[in-house]
Amino acid sequence: MFEKTGIPSKEMVMEKFPSQDRINKGPVAIVECYREIPCNPCETACRFNAIRVGEDINNIPQINFDKCTGCAICLSKCPGLAIMIADGSKSEDTVEIKIPYEFLPLPGEGQVVKGLDREGKHITDVKVLKVTNPKSFDRTPVITIEVDRKFLYEIRNIRVEV
Amino acid sequence: MRIKEHPILKFNKEKKIKFIFNGQELEGYEGDTIAAALYAQGVKVLGKSLFLHRPRGFYCAIGNCSSCLMTVNGVANVKTCVTDLEEGMVVETQEGKGVIV
Amino acid sequence: MKQAEIVVIGGGPAGLCAAMSAAKSGAGVLIIDRNKSLGGQLVKQTHMFFGSEKQYASTRGIDIPEILLKELAKYKDKVEIKTNSTAVGFYEDGVITVLEKEDKYYKVEPKAVVVATGAYEKFLSFPNNDLPGIYGAGAVQTLMNVHGVKPGNRVLMVGAGNIGLIVSYQLMQAGVKVAAILDAAPKIGGYLVHASKIRRMGVPILTSHTVKEAIGKDFLEKAVVCKVDEKFNPIPGTEITFDVDVMCISVGLTPLNELLAMRGCRMKYVPQLSGLVPVRDENYETTVENIFVAGDASGVEEASAAMVEGYLAGLCAAAKIGYKPDDFYERRKDYMNQLNNLRSGPAARHILAGLDQIRR
Repeated sequence: MFEKTGIPSKEMVMEKFPSQDRINKGPVAIVECYREIPCNPCETACRFNAIRVGEDINNIPQINFDKCTGCAICLSKCPGLAIMIADGSKSEDTVEIKIPYEFLPLPGEGQVVKGLDREGKHITDVKVLKVTNPKSFDRTPVITIEVDRKFLYEIRNIRVEV
Repeated sequence: MRIKEHPILKFNKEKKIKFIFNGQELEGYEGDTIAAALYAQGVKVLGKSLFLHRPRGFYCAIGNCSSCLMTVNGVANVKTCVTDLEEGMVVETQEGKGVIV
Repeated sequence: MKQAEIVVIGGGPAGLCAAMSAAKSGAGVLIIDRNKSLGGQLVKQTHMFFGSEKQYASTRGIDIPEILLKELAKYKDKVEIKTNSTAVGFYEDGVITVLEKEDKYYKVEPKAVVVATGAYEKFLSFPNNDLPGIYGAGAVQTLMNVHGVKPGNRVLMVGAGNIGLIVSYQLMQAGVKVAAILDAAPKIGGYLVHASKIRRMGVPILTSHTVKEAIGKDFLEKAVVCKVDEKFNPIPGTEITFDVDVMCISVGLTPLNELLAMRGCRMKYVPQLSGLVPVRDENYETTVENIFVAGDASGVEEASAAMVEGYLAGLCAAAKIGYKPDDFYERRKDYMNQLNNLRSGPAARHILAGLDQIRR
């Protein structure tokens, strides 16, 4: 099905997430890379050796969640924009999610925007906490949003209404 | 039809250029190709096919297909998709194969 | 008659890397490119490239020409660049004829040649496929990314390979709506990360669908799409009509290498490499001595592979005419390892099957 639609199943998605415990400890990277393609800049970029691709650059990246600090450098480097960061340490009801967003207009901090799932469907409204766009991210801004915890495994994108 | 702001690219379209298209004065920018400048003004039909007179316009954008041939400054069969726009250029749609002097 | 040591025909990623590699070995290089500036298709690729660090993974395609040209500038006393120059003929006596702009015509006698002329886009047959508004993906990228002009308001993308998926994303970045992406195949052909990226923006991907006809008077106004069966036959009654003013046909590339055929290189039709390609050895030398090939002209693949093939072909071409530096074997091994690495996964299985058919 994935090969027909480009949308991973819930089981596939959850396999990429660490435990709830780990998510609640602090920010952590979720690398939604499901198929082998020749690509390894996530491994090259990680300063904490938390991502392993290995000799064969077609290998699917493996994340060491204990080493990962959720710094989001890999998120900005991934050519497939396949990485997101989840942080459940700030509140009981919400999680903070970081996603790459390469569109205009960029949302403003504090703005409420539409939260979308992997099919692009509007599932909830989310608040934009931060917009990070340093030169080192090479035009891949990173948006931090606050989402109701129950959408942790569904939320994947935002839509900024003009 | 010009993109004003782009998340990745910056377009160096600063200097405006005036040119004539079928008697009408239009504007483009330095750096445009003739076909791109026309396209930006909404001109999508650049000519007609030889025998059935079907509309022809931009296609390959790289100088391969001959869909964009027009008469420029009196010269027929100019590949407008790879020819730079110049100030005062006179651009005309061709009738048939154009006239080669 | 102009004399040259190595002539590189085509200044895209493969050609630039071939020139660099040959110049690094000490050979004199003449690069001929028909465009007014070098970089080939790289200048339109706003997305980050894949591969590994050596192939500039994570760097945007648009930034790579500058990097390559900066490297090439180190050898400026060895490298001559002729832009606006089309290689119009390649004869049995080894002479290349060149047309510069519209009126300067001359002949070049090279000692060795690397043909890096890339590929051109395939097209589809359907009623009214000649309407303005129906373009190849390259044209859409040129309009959007080089000229900053929107191709239209609403696009139907035909083809869900890497190019179709990437250009759809780029259209959305330019503020253009993508109504849907079609592919006649039952599965998405491109990298699934590209597909996921576009799906999460709400763009539907319709596999097992193709274009039935285009509708419009002076330009495209509507597109009729239908489902196909496993044999790619249209299934009646499954038509969907889209209101679109642009249709982007992205159904694959095929190698552009008539110059090699003209020169007398043995060519073979290899579907896995997307068309007619020259038979060659592992050094990328064709069946004609000192004539090399690199990049999509040798078989349609990826820009990352094109660059490495360029390095390898340039290195070996220079060696054949006497420029074999001490690090020749080390460099050759490195380039071959990089290619093996890029091709060892499932995404490149078809390439390996194709390469098996063209070994000299």
